[in-house]
Amino acid sequence: MDPVRLIEIKEEILSDNNQLAEELREKLRKSGTLLLNLMSSPGSGKTSLILRTAEGLKNYLHLGVIEADIDSTVDAEKVAAQGVPAVQLRTGGFCHLDSSMVAKGLTALNTDKLDLIIVENVGNLVCPAEFDTGAHKNVMILSVPEGDDKPLKYPLMFSVCDVLLVNKTDYLSLSDFDRVALEKRVRSLNPKIRIFYVSCKTGEGITEWLDWLKNTLADFKAKR
Amino acid sequence: MHELSVTEAILKTVLKHAAVNSVHKILSISLQISKLSDLEDNWIQRYFDYLSKDTVAAGALLKIERLPLLVRCEGCAKSFETEPADIGNMVCPSCGEKKVALVPGKQYIIKNMEAV
Repeated sequence: MDPVRLIEIKEEILSDNNQLAEELREKLRKSGTLLLNLMSSPGSGKTSLILRTAEGLKNYLHLGVIEADIDSTVDAEKVAAQGVPAVQLRTGGFCHLDSSMVAKGLTALNTDKLDLIIVENVGNLVCPAEFDTGAHKNVMILSVPEGDDKPLKYPLMFSVCDVLLVNKTDYLSLSDFDRVALEKRVRSLNPKIRIFYVSCKTGEGITEWLDWLKNTLADFKAKR
Repeated sequence: MHELSVTEAILKTVLKHAAVNSVHKILSISLQISKLSDLEDNWIQRYFDYLSKDTVAAGALLKIERLPLLVRCEGCAKSFETEPADIGNMVCPSCGEKKVALVPGKQYIIKNMEAV
């Protein structure tokens, strides 16, 4: 029998995905289109935030949206009804988006004239955190009813995001959600993360979020 | 269920190396995955067994080494290792500072494989 050989591999498991993600990021950087990956658990307000963002930025920039859902088109229909170009990716049971799926979405969406593309990832705090989508910025939403302990349960998600939007602040007075505890937990995972408190229902905090987005886009375009 | 995508990527990579090295059978594959990852070892193996049928990797055992989380103290700038369960209550073992932060970076590496 042949002797057993030890063959060195030393490769990133997700190297194909990471490479395509890097290519997408670079291509969009050159064309001045900022790609933003929006992640959260189901029902925390991703689509509502996109609708608020579309409304607030309609006079400033051209927005496009890539929606991902396991099996429906309701989100893309809501966004398109606001006059925002939107495509729906049906992931067919897949729990996350990867860079090849985002590449398909970008092809379907005519990106030439867009300044900002928001990718609404599949609602899930686990799997989407593991895959680079090619986005320039990762943003997550945690809604108040989900609780301030989520950074302890889903540390990877909180560690990969540039921005945390704490949504549904209109519920704060009804809950024992501890903002100080939340921020301490989040910052120990990710000291540079920006945290905004918003309510897509009342509009509270949306201006601050939109200002961050406008400034980020201006910096991004300046570095082309 | 994101283990499926990860497992597909592992299989593709090891088959590529198997072809280059004229391997008849892969016996085991050593992986290094960060403890921060939610990937389940059992599911990776199960998906691998399913996907690798009819390939030289069929029956290969996945040896998964979990890499510790690295944390840096903002007080004394020393680094130390921690467990995911301790993330909410981290204290620097050198100086007692409570302002400490995770060193970013995910690690998912295929280290090597044993083959004949």
